[in-house]
Amino acid sequence: MKRFLIPLGLFLTLVVFLAIGLNRDPHEVPSPLVGKPAPAFSLEKLAEPGKTFSPADMQGQVWLLNVWASWCVSCRAEHPLLVAFSKQGGLPIVGLNYKEVRGDGGIDAKKLSLADETSLTRQRAGAWLSQHGDPYTLSVLDMDGRVGIDYGVYGVPETYLIDKKGVIRFKQIGPITPEALEKKILPLARQLAAES
Amino acid sequence: MKALRRTLTTCATALLLGPLAPVTHAGEATPMAENPVVEARLIAISEELRCLVCQNESLAGSRAELAEDLRREVRKLIQDGKTDPEIKDYLVARYGDFVLYRPPVKPTTWLLWFGPFALMGGAVIGLILYLRRRATRVEPSHLSAADRASAEALLADTPPRPKDPA
Repeated sequence: MKRFLIPLGLFLTLVVFLAIGLNRDPHEVPSPLVGKPAPAFSLEKLAEPGKTFSPADMQGQVWLLNVWASWCVSCRAEHPLLVAFSKQGGLPIVGLNYKEVRGDGGIDAKKLSLADETSLTRQRAGAWLSQHGDPYTLSVLDMDGRVGIDYGVYGVPETYLIDKKGVIRFKQIGPITPEALEKKILPLARQLAAES
Repeated sequence: MKALRRTLTTCATALLLGPLAPVTHAGEATPMAENPVVEARLIAISEELRCLVCQNESLAGSRAELAEDLRREVRKLIQDGKTDPEIKDYLVARYGDFVLYRPPVKPTTWLLWFGPFALMGGAVIGLILYLRRRATRVEPSHLSAADRASAEALLADTPPRPKDPA
């Protein structure tokens, strides 16, 4: 009897490992930025041309940085949740509009001048927000995706929870699900709000 | 030493490619993609890096847009005179060790690096133990002298096999 238990045990161990492996999303790469200060940047605001925003402006607040673009399909899935969440007024959400023009495969951004790209970005991003609702305290324009690289963005949407001291405490890769919001983001945000 | 070697390589490449390069006037910036030394280093570095969008492709081979952006950043870092480890650190700081095809040896990757050897060592020890135990387990035969005699008698009585008809 014991003879059969050993291979059976080995087989079950293998099954457990395979089951864990199959249920993990290989696209979710843990970010080394969690626990580190949010990289500084200074980008122009979507709604106020000529005015810039930088993460230091949010010092003393717990806030979300949400990376989005109008061409991003998953953003569309996530958006109603963000709109509803913003109506509850839980946390300020800053939108990082990521490569609005360059990320869209249909447009050859190399042919556009910077001024043309900026105005096209404003037009497209603005139209998308007025159509789907604007959950953002403000949005900033990362047209060439450089700030995205500093934040380790590799698939839009991504969302960062940043504490009062400007440290990234959590990163959501892919759309925020109601479950992630209720079970991870909100409890952590409450805890962070209590920190001095 | 490394820097010296790099300088020598640069010089050698310049000497080799010099006559072939288009005539450029002093003070004119060479377009990025046309600097063969930078491009060669870019390819060497980015072959060691993983593209995060299509994870089984290297940064050198991927046509994903993020890979293009990252190659642009790496090219810029090369032009800024950064060393290969500095460039890799730049990417690891943003995307984690996952971007490296050759993960560093550190406590979290010990299982990855040494796990296979540990497994093999365990298997070898198991095999040795098993063989030793089996050697002692071969039991001497229980045949008594009387049994042996009757068996031999039976064998001797067995009629010879009939010959093949052919």
